Amino acid sequence: MVAGIIIGIIVGVLLIIFLIIYNGLVRRRNQVKNAWAQIDVQLKRRYDLIPNLVETAKGYMKHERETLESVTKARNLAQQLSSAGAGERAKAEGELSSVLSRLLAVVENYPDLKANQNFLALQEELASTENKISFSRQYYNDSVLRYNNQTQMFPSNIVASMTGFKASEFFEVTLAAEREAPKVSFTQ
Amino acid sequence: MWEQIRSNQIRSVVLTIGMGALLILIGYFLGLAFDNAIAGLVIAILVWAVLSLVGYFQGDSILLSMSRAKKIKRDDHPRLYNVVEEMKIASGLEKMPNIYIIDDPALNAFATGRDPNRASVAITSGLLQKLNRDELQGVIAHEISHIKNRDVLLMAMCSILLGTIVLLAWYGSRFLIFGSMTGSRRSSSSGGGGGAQLIILVVALVFMILAPIMAQLIYFAISRKREYLADASAALYTRYPEGLASALEKLGASTGQLKSANKATAPMYIVNPFRKKGMKASDLSSTHPPISERIRILRAMAGASFNDYDQAYRKEHRGEGVIPAVSIAAETVPIATIKLEGETGEPNEIQRARETSDVMWRLSNYNTITCECGAKLRVPPKFKEPIIKCPHCGRTHQV
Repeated sequence: MVAGIIIGIIVGVLLIIFLIIYNGLVRRRNQVKNAWAQIDVQLKRRYDLIPNLVETAKGYMKHERETLESVTKARNLAQQLSSAGAGERAKAEGELSSVLSRLLAVVENYPDLKANQNFLALQEELASTENKISFSRQYYNDSVLRYNNQTQMFPSNIVASMTGFKASEFFEVTLAAEREAPKVSFTQ
Repeated sequence: MWEQIRSNQIRSVVLTIGMGALLILIGYFLGLAFDNAIAGLVIAILVWAVLSLVGYFQGDSILLSMSRAKKIKRDDHPRLYNVVEEMKIASGLEKMPNIYIIDDPALNAFATGRDPNRASVAITSGLLQKLNRDELQGVIAHEISHIKNRDVLLMAMCSILLGTIVLLAWYGSRFLIFGSMTGSRRSSSSGGGGGAQLIILVVALVFMILAPIMAQLIYFAISRKREYLADASAALYTRYPEGLASALEKLGASTGQLKSANKATAPMYIVNPFRKKGMKASDLSSTHPPISERIRILRAMAGASFNDYDQAYRKEHRGEGVIPAVSIAAETVPIATIKLEGETGEPNEIQRARETSDVMWRLSNYNTITCECGAKLRVPPKFKEPIIKCPHCGRTHQV
């Protein structure tokens, strides 16, 4: 009788601990999902901004057709891969970021374009979207780290493997020069 | 991880309970004046509860209207809006805070709102035109940290507690002096016990005088600590401590005092609005740590993590840390590469000043007409004529 009660209490306590850990895992996983959705919003915003920017810049940048084309191409490729996995997608987006920063660097050579109000507004939007992408990626990676830690560390790893929580993929962009100042050259 | 920075609130909670104890003692001694300690307690708690309820539900709107802040939308100032949104994303805040501009040349900013879902950040127009994008980002990150760390509600509640203690002590000491005069007359007629009562009254009176000072010191201790933590979070969110450091440098160099601030609202701001130049580092009676020290800590950071901030802080404070051990993850977070001012067509200070003044005119419902001669006509909202003449060149414009 006494043994029955003790076993009952132990099982009850274990069940409560299990539920707390399980709920914690769900919360972390949702955080990762939300963070991913946030990156998605910003990447989509960038797809929308680029055609406008290219259109505005075209009239001024007669000698940069190649740069403009490579931006459009990188944008279309990134958009096609937007339903792919985190790793593949990150590569395409990283490529787009680097051609964009190249474009914004050569803008320095076109004072007329730099004086265009419409272009300035677009440039602020694009620069901010770039920031938002890297900040949302930063937050996503931090969320993934916390979530993965929880799926791998004792005792939550037991609950995670029992209920099928899998580690998430990081969003890494291999782009060393990302926040670096673009190098401006005045020789054309 | 930074989520656990909240664990530091245990210390704040202990200090807040200390303030609460002061309030209860005040109530008790106040009761002595009426020969009824319970009545005093009830009055003290009632006053505090009413003020807290008002503060909780209306505190942010009272503070914003007191500082004459004007709410802006995205189109009013896209750069400011974008910077706030960037920091909202970096901090993982769920809802976009409201953004306000205070029309004041002094340099300052604050955050308010009882929870992260009902938060506002306000910045003076002076600061908005003084800071470049990275610096603005640092300041906004600091304010968003206050929201994210839930400092805003804690500080608001503490300042209400402090206010209640000051209020009750002020009235209480006067009641006591008055009460002791009538009381002594009564006790002399009945005879005996007068001496003991007098001692209690003197103790009560001394306490009434000391309590507000003690409460204030506790309050300052809580608020200074919160500033360091918000600086640490700002460095982590932006991954760029230099942005905030350089902004603080500009803030520290100015001596203009904010017109609409008062003693009660002072701790809400990013720097003390009443600071004097050359304030001592160990000044106990200040709501904010000295700016120069905050800058030194930020600049000494080797990376952008809490651990790096804590290391830098320890150097300043002879080995004493500021961030609780549970929040310090061993990992290092690299600082983002240094950017140059005006790198991506960023407006310079004169352009920023024009931009900000345009926003302020528009927010006051002035209509701006740009004349071909280059002059800008500001048409007041009361102007009823259909056309206006440019005072500079004489051209006429439709209003």
